[in-house]
Amino acid sequence: MEKQLDHLKELSEIRNLMERSSRFISLSGLSGIAVGAVALLGSCVACWYLGFMPNEYSLIMHLYTTPNSVLMENLTFLATDAMFILVSAILLGIYFTNRNAKKKSINIWDRTTRRLLLNLAIPLAVGAVFCLILLQHGVLYLIAPATLIFYGLALVNASKYTLDDLKYLGYMEIGLGLLSAWFYGHGMIAWMIGFGVLHIVYGTVMYYKYER
Amino acid sequence: MKDILSDLNKAFESRVRLGIMAILMVNDFADFNTLKDMLEVSDGNLASHISALEKLEYLSVEKKFVGKKTNTIYAATDAGRKAFKDHLDALERLIRGS
Repeated sequence: MEKQLDHLKELSEIRNLMERSSRFISLSGLSGIAVGAVALLGSCVACWYLGFMPNEYSLIMHLYTTPNSVLMENLTFLATDAMFILVSAILLGIYFTNRNAKKKSINIWDRTTRRLLLNLAIPLAVGAVFCLILLQHGVLYLIAPATLIFYGLALVNASKYTLDDLKYLGYMEIGLGLLSAWFYGHGMIAWMIGFGVLHIVYGTVMYYKYER
Repeated sequence: MKDILSDLNKAFESRVRLGIMAILMVNDFADFNTLKDMLEVSDGNLASHISALEKLEYLSVEKKFVGKKTNTIYAATDAGRKAFKDHLDALERLIRGS
């Protein structure tokens, strides 16, 4: 019986080692929740500033019906708001993931981290360039759907190098992106669902599944 | 019972050697420091286990130059993969069988 327990322990040790050496497993559910909350907060601030309801038909139409002097001011505010969301989302994501790694006493910066980031970055970089091209051609109404689609593809791609569950978040982002491309003009609400609500839901599920 | 026990590979009796092979099964390659960090063993200890596995031809060794520094890279050979799988199968049978 004791021998049997030894073998079981050996097998689980091997499993753990294989998992730990090939996948980045410190990704924390709390990161997802924090990122989602920041995204929701940031987009609410944008709507409030513009005096705009998120379910209103088109943010772009709204922007273009404002006088030129106000437009510049609005765009500057939106860009600042977006940068603020991006930076705080990244910082919060790193903070909670680092905390999780410390708790599991895993090194946060190793080959699995670099591989995860690289595989996340490739579709994201392509998406960013594609969105700039859309901007250049003035196809503004497809930018929000395109960011969701490419973000989803990046998640599906990266899920091979971290918790497998990440791919489900990816599929939902892609689906949402396609939907909002078909019924275009609801970019703002799609963004709030995709980057806000879905992150919070995913983060909560992950937190209860792996960290409790 | 005796039959099954003989399926267990003597080379994998050491936790470190089994660990090295486990890491190399799921990674195309790994360098010395990665193995050391993962297994939490000393340089000398790891080196001796690596050379034992190399003698059995369970892993291949390749030296690469990164600037002026050498970086030694290890990968599992086909024989090593098979030995590792057989060992795991034997372990599984032992747990199930009794």
